[in-house]
Formats: sequence, structure tokens, C-alpha cells
Amino acid sequence: MVDGKKLTAVLMQISHKMTEQKDYLTRLDAAIGDSDHGINMARGFEAVEKKLPSLADKDIGTILKTVGMTLVSTVGGASGPLYGSAFMKAGVAMAGKEDMDLSDFLEAMRTGVEAVQMRGRAGAGEKTMLDSMLPAMDAMEEEASANAQIHTVLKAGVIAAWDGVEGTKDMIATKGRASYLGERSVGHQDPGATSFAYMLETIASMF
Amino acid sequence: MKKFINDVDLVEEQMIQGMVKAYPQYLKKLDCGNVVVRAAKKERKVALVSGGGSGHEPAHGGFVGEGMLDAAVAGAVFTSPTPDQIYEAVKEVATEAGVLLIVKNYTGDVMNFEMGEEMAQMEGIRVDHVITNDDVAVKDSLYTVGRRGVAGTVFVHKIAGALAEQGAALPEVKAVALKVIDNVRTMGAAIAPCTVPAAGNPGFTLGENEMEVGIGIHGEPGTHREERKTADETADLLLDQILADIDYAGSEVAVMINGAGATPLMELYIINNHVADVLKEKGIRVYRTYVGEYMTSIEMQGFSISLLKLDEQMKELLDAKADTPAWKEIGGKTHG
Repeated sequence: MVDGKKLTAVLMQISHKMTEQKDYLTRLDAAIGDSDHGINMARGFEAVEKKLPSLADKDIGTILKTVGMTLVSTVGGASGPLYGSAFMKAGVAMAGKEDMDLSDFLEAMRTGVEAVQMRGRAGAGEKTMLDSMLPAMDAMEEEASANAQIHTVLKAGVIAAWDGVEGTKDMIATKGRASYLGERSVGHQDPGATSFAYMLETIASMF
Repeated sequence: MKKFINDVDLVEEQMIQGMVKAYPQYLKKLDCGNVVVRAAKKERKVALVSGGGSGHEPAHGGFVGEGMLDAAVAGAVFTSPTPDQIYEAVKEVATEAGVLLIVKNYTGDVMNFEMGEEMAQMEGIRVDHVITNDDVAVKDSLYTVGRRGVAGTVFVHKIAGALAEQGAALPEVKAVALKVIDNVRTMGAAIAPCTVPAAGNPGFTLGENEMEVGIGIHGEPGTHREERKTADETADLLLDQILADIDYAGSEVAVMINGAGATPLMELYIINNHVADVLKEKGIRVYRTYVGEYMTSIEMQGFSISLLKLDEQMKELLDAKADTPAWKEIGGKTHG
């Protein structure tokens, strides 16, 4: 389903999406954080983009690990260690694989999401990126268990991710810089949840 | 927002280069990134490493030197440095006595320093860390990430740095750092925001007659907004929360009136004039006062008040010799 060439093409599109949404993500962050999420994500994926040409012939695990290490060393803030750990751990789970099928893809994603939970010591309902990641994972795993095709599975994930993003507006942040606002964080959409939804949406657009 | 910069992408690097060129007798920059270390490495002592986002100058690079830090890691403006940079800093200054990381309690800083520490430990370097959390504007509860580390962090650099310079072992240096953290409280307020160069617009806006109370050092919102007050009234507002947090009655304190970047010394002294009177009235003895810019927020118009409750050991270490670009202490002072 997905080999190194396809995976690097998907990552290239994610990078373009981050650059395209840089200002929007930064504006969301200005409302409840420190107005740098879009800037940091765009910087990180630009660095990833530069490495992609040399990665296309590598195995899935190596590609994901390299992306993770690049994000950790270029994004900074909280998103760097979080997205970086997600890709690195997903890479470990896919070590040596030349090709990912749907169940591999879901395993890699779930491993990545668990890495975010662990590094961020966070769970659902805390107004973080997990609030789009967790519902998206649940929705995709549910579709996949009903033998749906990749396209349908990803579509369900994207819908759940954006629903999750919408849901963050009603939440009181208890993690990250937004938590300093307490109840004043209500009414604002979480930038991290939003960047993940864009990421998944980009992946889905390529299947 | 007008700024004297050349290229938003080069702000951090050019700032660090300029700092090193100003103080070659104190600092050198590592080639691998925006890390400054002492010009001459000192062996046989615990090495202190701190850092965080840029935009807080003179923190943290300004406190690198004898009696304070051994290395400071500078991230992008208001963004934590990355684990690889932290690891490079630790590797450069590590001695057999070990390394202590002094980290401000912000989600990004804590995660990045934690990953940097793990990388160094994998290389067999002895590393430990403390997390500062002096900002009383944020409630420390199970439902938040805890209080933020702000200007009071500089007292940790000074006091733990002095003990490390004397050759104390890592557990002792960590213990005194934790003692400072337990006894220092800070709160700030601002009347005008700051602009991250790469963002180009202020991180928040305030009306002509508004002030943000309890603001953090990245311009992040505080406890609430209210109508702008006089210097004395604002100082009272902040002091009330600080004094309610720990019992300072009958104790001796170090006071820091820290400017956020665009508050003139004139105003900081006006604030201190009142703070000193209030403390005297409450029977709290001021041992030392520090007025100036220690932990800024680019060009934010604001200030913070920090109170550190002292004991004999902390008094002695506060007065011990320090020779850094931003904090100089002659040493050998008599108490009082």
C-alpha cells in the first residue's frame, strides 16, 4: 500500500500544508498560547522536506525515525518533542518494513499517539493535540475492523479529527501554555489539535 | 511593530554573536548552535546549565560566568531550545562532578530538557535537574501544569551557582536550588504587549486603560485584566498574592523588581519605593534589593516582583562572588 516513495510524497504534501496554514495556526496559538505554533511547525517540516529526497529509497521505519529526529531538533516548543516522539516511536514500530498495509499504518499511528500521551503526560479532554488524535484513531480503527478500505478509513479519521478540533473550543485547557488561561481558554480552538487534523486530512487526500 | 533587526530568521543567532563579541572574557559560543558557555571551562565543579526561549535577555546567557551558570541554551524567541542543543551544552560543560539543569516550568522547556537529559545520560554523563515554578499567578493544582518558572529563576542561578563554584557535590547543589525554589515567589503585570519578531504582531492586545495582571514572561495571559492602576496600587495587587502564598512574617528577604523590557528604571524604582515601605510595615526585613532587567519579555511594558525568603546559607551564597555579564558581585561582603 505505502512504500518509501509514497510515504515521502505524503510527507512532502504535509510540509506544504504546514507552510500554507502557518499564519492560521500561529493566530490560533496567539489567542491561547504564545503565537508560534504555525511558525514552528512550518520550520520543522521545511527541514524535513530537505531530507526527503535522500529518504525515498529507505525503509518505512528509517523514514519515520528520521522525520521524528528532524522535528525534535528543529521545531522546539512543546510541539517538537511531541510530534518528534510520535514519528520516532512510529518509526521504531515500523523498523525494517519496506511497505505498510492498512493495519501497519494504524499500528504506526496508534504508537505515535501513545508516544504523545506519554511525553506530554496528557489524556483526552485537556484541550491538546490529543483531542483530535484520539478520536481520529478510534474512528479509523473502528472503520478498519469493519473491513473498510483505506480511503473510507482515512475519511472517517479526518471527520473525527475535525469534530475533535471543534470540541476543543468548549474545553478548559489543563495542559500546555493555554492552561494558564483556565476558563478564559474556553471558546478558542486548540492549535495542536488543528495541526494534526490538517496532517491527517493531507494523508487522506492522497489515497 | 518597528524593530532594529536584520532578518527574522537570524535574530537569535545575531543576538548571541553580538553578546559573545561584547563579552569575550566571559563567553564563547558553540559552533553547533545558539549555546553559550564560559570562555574558560572550570573543571572539578558541578556544571550548571539553564536556558529557554530567546527574548528574555539578559537571561540566560548573561548569567554565564564565575559563580553562576556554566552554559545557557537559547531557543528561538519564546520557544524552548531543542534536545540536541541542550545535549551539546551538557556535553561541553560536563565534569566528573556532574551537571545540574535549571529549567523553568513551561511544558515545552520541561519536555525538551527532559529529552536532552536522557540523551546525555545515555552517554554516561551524570545529569540531574530542578524545575523552577515561582509564578504565583498560576495555581499549582492537579488540573494545571503547575506554576510557571519566571524571574525568580535568576535567584536559583545565583545561589546554586555560588555553591557549585565552592566545589559542593551535585546532591548539595540540587538541594540548595530546591530550597530557593521553595522560598521564592513572583508575580508580574503588564500594560503593553510584546511582538515575537517572526510573528510580526503583538501576542495579545490591551486597551489604553487596561492592564494584564499575573502575566507570564512570554506575554501569555495572567489571572485577569483590569483597569490600569498606579504603580503603588499595582505593586500592592502583586504583593498581596505573593505574601498570601508563603508566610514571610518576621523573615529576611531578597527583593527583585524585574523590568519586562520596556519599563524604564525610573518606574521600577518608583515601584520599589512602595514595595520597600510595605515590607517594612509588615515586619519583613529586606536583606538585598535588585532592581533592573533580569528576565525580560522582549519589549513588553511590565514588571514583576520576586520575594525570596532567606536563611543564613542563602544570604551567604547570594553575596558570594559572581562575575558574569549581567550579575556582578564583589564577594566577601559583611551581612547587613
